[in-house]
Amino acid sequence: MKLLVTNGYLIDPSQGLNTGKDLLIEEGRVTGVLDRGEPTPRDAEVFDATGLMVAPGFIDLHVHLREPGQEYKETIATGAAAAVAGGWTSICAMPNTDPVNDSPAVTRFILEQGERAGLANVFPIGALTKGSGGKELSEMGELKKAGIVAVSDDGRSVPNAGMMRRAMEYARGFDLTVVDHCQDHSLSAGGVMHEGRWSLILGLRGMPATAEEVDAVRDCALARLTSARVHLAHVSTRGSLEAVRRAKELGLRVTCEVAPHHWALTDEAVADYDTNMKMSPPLRSKDHVGALLDALRDGTIDAIATDHAPHHADEKGLEFDQAPFGIIGLETAVGLAFDLVHQGVISLERLVALCATNPARIFSLEGRGTLRPNSWGDITILDPEYQWTFDAAKSKSKSRNTPFDGRSFRGAAVATIVAGRVVYIHPEYQRITESKRSAASTK
Amino acid sequence: MTFNRKHLLGIRDLSAEEITHLLDTAETFRDVSRREIKKVPALRGRTVINLFFEASTRTRTSFEIAAKRLSADAVNISVSTSSVSKGETLLDTARNLEAMAPDCIVVRHSMAGAPHHLARMCNAPIVNAGDGSHEHPTQALLDALTIREHKGRIEGLNIAIIGDILHSRVARSNVYLLTTLGANVRVAGPGTMVPAEFAELVDQGLRVEQRIEDAIEGADVVMILRIQRERQDAAFFPSMREYAVHYGLHPSHLERASPDVIVMHPGPINRGIEISSEIADGSRSLILDQVTNGIAVRMAVLYLLARGNHSVPAEAGAKPPGSTGNGKKVRKGTKA
Repeated sequence: MKLLVTNGYLIDPSQGLNTGKDLLIEEGRVTGVLDRGEPTPRDAEVFDATGLMVAPGFIDLHVHLREPGQEYKETIATGAAAAVAGGWTSICAMPNTDPVNDSPAVTRFILEQGERAGLANVFPIGALTKGSGGKELSEMGELKKAGIVAVSDDGRSVPNAGMMRRAMEYARGFDLTVVDHCQDHSLSAGGVMHEGRWSLILGLRGMPATAEEVDAVRDCALARLTSARVHLAHVSTRGSLEAVRRAKELGLRVTCEVAPHHWALTDEAVADYDTNMKMSPPLRSKDHVGALLDALRDGTIDAIATDHAPHHADEKGLEFDQAPFGIIGLETAVGLAFDLVHQGVISLERLVALCATNPARIFSLEGRGTLRPNSWGDITILDPEYQWTFDAAKSKSKSRNTPFDGRSFRGAAVATIVAGRVVYIHPEYQRITESKRSAASTK
Repeated sequence: MTFNRKHLLGIRDLSAEEITHLLDTAETFRDVSRREIKKVPALRGRTVINLFFEASTRTRTSFEIAAKRLSADAVNISVSTSSVSKGETLLDTARNLEAMAPDCIVVRHSMAGAPHHLARMCNAPIVNAGDGSHEHPTQALLDALTIREHKGRIEGLNIAIIGDILHSRVARSNVYLLTTLGANVRVAGPGTMVPAEFAELVDQGLRVEQRIEDAIEGADVVMILRIQRERQDAAFFPSMREYAVHYGLHPSHLERASPDVIVMHPGPINRGIEISSEIADGSRSLILDQVTNGIAVRMAVLYLLARGNHSVPAEAGAKPPGSTGNGKKVRKGTKA
């Protein structure tokens, strides 16, 4: 099976590529970056990318797919469908399923379900501690053998610095990145939104930025002690970013990701008690959002990850205090990232680095996040000018808990290719490519 | 000027004109409670549901009496007797009540935003009778009515609010109302209960003090908040004894205040804890006036919302109260 992506503009920060070239994929692997007019195999299927950007497939380091255990919220198949519709060729599934992914059996089940869906690559993240209980180390070696790409107790950050130290030291032996949801529960317990002016106005219990920062600083200090690879999930505060910046200056192996809602919205959005504005970490104040934009600009932030967290409408329909944390994000992330490009916060190359190049490096995903020869033929096709409106009712996800229903975007992933197979084309582009394809075949 | 809002969810969004209109309306209703026959036909044939998810005797009774003095049919539903304890969601409870076609739902809930939730789902006007730590608009209105009655104005007064500011919906509603009408408000209490950011709640007219003595200095009005241990799952202060000594209001405090200072408390009071009995029972205390004014304020609120003219402004004020017949027929969307 051969696929030729022609007439596009290749952007690949892993090899400093930013130029008009054609891309040949054979048997699922990239086999050539070709100049225009170079001879191409006659039997290759052609994807005409005229006027479009061709990037290495986007990798989301942080999704919750709910399977096994909470299939009424999402399944691996529906999550993967939402992923490719949003331009993600790979998604990394957090282990907080039921049962928790702390055993090779669950890891293999997730991998199998991902393969069965046949859409995005699904990479399981294993639990850091057994049952994510924060008390005993998980069998990281066995989990890695089964196929995990990182370890984390996401959502239930390890409460004890001593335990975290041991987990980092142990994970280091398997070259596994430790991902932490930084949140000191003694400071954030009972909180449902960012602590500040708006939590006071709304009479809702706040989670101070400090709750995140205390753990971020702790994890950076432990990264120094253990030399482990540490990745801070969805950082949302000025202080956390300062900690990461400092860690990088010290040459520590610390990386971090940001979720799109954290730059796109502020805590003021909670004003109507809309539970689709409830997530953890919470939407922060303008000052923190400003720090986030600075860190996106200066390189402190390594990756964009969605923290896609589906919840059923019945759960999100409860009182604000009772509703679960989290929103879906796979289909809106790239649109929100293009806002940053259009606002001049980041370049298009940097967008690709944040969504593909760096994520592949952070979890050591071999042959991903690059268009080098012999890497996987995972491609995200971008149209920076495409104007569209997100309709939650048409989401591929099983859940509808998004704060971005009805929002208009400029810029989108219009097609998604996984291992040389076109798994998603935006309906409008489908029409265009089909007419071109038929024209090409008559030549 | 009329009050054209469908719901009363809080004071924060209200203009000075709207607040004044509510207070003026309440004043006209105050007389009703002084008559021998304490009833007017203003809401005859209308149904008011008092939906209380949180224990309350005073506020619920006050709303009930207010509704009855307006000739409305008042039904009380409290958490212990409703199906909420059987796991029914707030939403389902609201939809069921809605199907009974009430003209107004008065809701008290332990969680902030619950009335907003109902307002989104129900056609009936919603009156917030206190939601979590968010707002308690009718309390602020009755406090303002009481102050106006005794001081003749709100503007320019120095008003101290003392106690658990962090968890108090009464403090929030009062801060919005009093600063909107031009008072100078100072709040004070234990550091754990008075966040510094509270000063950012409004643009002007609010100061956060560390010591209650500084807040009371020159005050024309001192409002004491009830210490609500039930609202706290963690210790915000070491003991009731310590609180009484350092943050309770004692006669000596009032020497710093204006000579004709008045003292208020939303009740029920913890005698000898946040307020000494000498003050609570003394001549400066207006605690019982507040209760009386509470009925007048709630009559005004129910009258302005439950008569059903919020969606048919053409009728507003065109006919005398109580003569518009069955408002449900003219209200839009009741069947939806």
